[in-house]
Amino acid sequence: MEKEELKKIIYELVEKSMGKKKLKQSDILKKVSKDHGVDKQEVKAALRELLDSGQLIFTYFGGSYVEIPPKE
Amino acid sequence: MSQKHETPLLDELEKGAFPSFVKEIKRAAEHSEYAQDLLGQLELSYKEKVTHWKHGGIVGVRGYGAGVIGRYSDVPDKFPGVAHFHTVRVNQPAGFFYTTDALREICDIWDKYGSRLTNMHGSTGDIILLGTKTENLEPVFAELSSRGWDLGGSGSAVRTPSCCVGPARCEWSCYDTLELTYQITQRFQDELHRPMFPYKFKFKMAGCAVDCIASIARADMSIIGTWKGNIQIDQEEVRNYAKNGMDIQAEIVDMCPTGCMSWDGNELKINDEDCNRCMHCIAKMTKALRQGEEKGATILLGSKAPIVTGALMSWVIVPFIKLEPPYEELFDLVERIWEFWDEHGKNRERVGELIERMGFPVFLKETGLEPHPAMVKEPRRDPFFFWSEEDIEK
Ligand code: HEM
Ligand code: HEM
Ligand code: SF4
Ligand code: SF4
Repeated sequence: MEKEELKKIIYELVEKSMGKKKLKQSDILKKVSKDHGVDKQEVKAALRELLDSGQLIFTYFGGSYVEIPPKE
Repeated sequence: MSQKHETPLLDELEKGAFPSFVKEIKRAAEHSEYAQDLLGQLELSYKEKVTHWKHGGIVGVRGYGAGVIGRYSDVPDKFPGVAHFHTVRVNQPAGFFYTTDALREICDIWDKYGSRLTNMHGSTGDIILLGTKTENLEPVFAELSSRGWDLGGSGSAVRTPSCCVGPARCEWSCYDTLELTYQITQRFQDELHRPMFPYKFKFKMAGCAVDCIASIARADMSIIGTWKGNIQIDQEEVRNYAKNGMDIQAEIVDMCPTGCMSWDGNELKINDEDCNRCMHCIAKMTKALRQGEEKGATILLGSKAPIVTGALMSWVIVPFIKLEPPYEELFDLVERIWEFWDEHGKNRERVGELIERMGFPVFLKETGLEPHPAMVKEPRRDPFFFWSEEDIEK
């Protein structure tokens, strides 16, 4: 799968669960790799780009989660 | 700057013989708005017996999910100087060795961006820089990293690995704790900066069972130096200790936890087969006794402080391993353990708690480790023979 496509899938997954369930990095890797038959390492690389560019961020609430940054 | 808030309760803590953190915060307050309001908020907490810190939320600098611990005041109107009071964790060098220049550099950076308060070192190891604002996080990180420093671990990540001074200063070190700490840090950069586990994971490296880094009680993976073969005895030196007033029976033989030593007034005997290499006798009679010649380490797993369930001490998972670069055997095992944890761990469940919940046999099977008597954690806890369905001949 194209990396950009994978990034879109990940972003939408995080967006959809915002306000419902906080996702950990490993939740995202497991779910996307299972649903789309992509290797976890590939999902991780795509997620890494989203985090490095600031489209997604890590947050902490008793554990570490991946979320969309709040609008300023 | 004169003190902004009255602090009668905190002032009590300046009395007495010990160094006082209150005195240090007051000194910092001469030049720092943060430290001024920190005194005020702390006094309020002491008065009301309740914390005024909130935590969590946004952490870190771009791309990292670890290294910054978000702290906010819940009374920011009263104490605007600590409205944000985030902690920055900086990865310390292995063995905590610094040049004076390096320390000055860190302090100069923190005077510029933070509260001027530090904690050397936090219990995990890191250089802890206490208290800064959200908008200072990226600049402080940029300045630290431009000079070769990096952030440490926090949250559900590998925490900054740390070790005893090892072979740099100690003849008892059975492996190079500094080198291994450095290599673990390099190898697991991703796991350190980008939290991906159910919860935290700590590595602590001790060169021998004296365990100056207390790895057995506070590391998910405790790597403790040990040896194979007989303790080397210099009988002449043993007799010298006796001559100089050491009560060898009481101080050495009777204190041996495995009861494997004897002393007839002339010769010290050790039944090395029963020795568990606790280091007691060697640490007491440094001139007379030396460790066996084949050196390596024992790997233990699982210790933690009481949070979700009670405190745990690490227990043996690999009785003896040679630890020399490139450490592939160890890294391989670590990754198998993490896979097991990732697969079964609940949110905020440490790997030791997971093993307690699922059972040690399941852990051994999934990580491919061979059972060994040294893994029995306590007598009478594991007396049964386990077998699985496929072991039974039908
Ligand atoms: C003065 C009387 C008794 C003495 C001194 C005694 C002593 C002991 C000792 C030393 C143990 C081992 C404990 C351990 O190592 O954890 C034990 C276990 C046991 N005893 Fe007794 N016992 C006595 C009476 C009884 C009676 C009357 C019964 C049953 C009717 C009994 C049933 C058991 C059982 C089932 C265990 C095994 C528990 C386990 O380890 O799971 N005992 N006893
Ligand atoms: C189906 C029947 C029984 C089962 C499943 C059973 C099971 C057990 C188990 C699991 C232990 C602990 C062993 C260990 O931790 O090392 C034990 C110990 C013991 N059992 Fe039984 N038991 C049975 C019958 C009996 C009977 C009929 C008696 C006495 C009349 C008895 C007396 C003891 C005693 C005294 C111990 C303690 C031994 C020690 O640890 O020092 N058991 N039993
Ligand atoms: S743990 Fe052992 S090797 Fe390390 S400094 Fe202490 S005594 Fe020396
Ligand atoms: S190292 Fe510990 S167990 Fe071994 S002989 Fe010395 S005191 Fe006994």
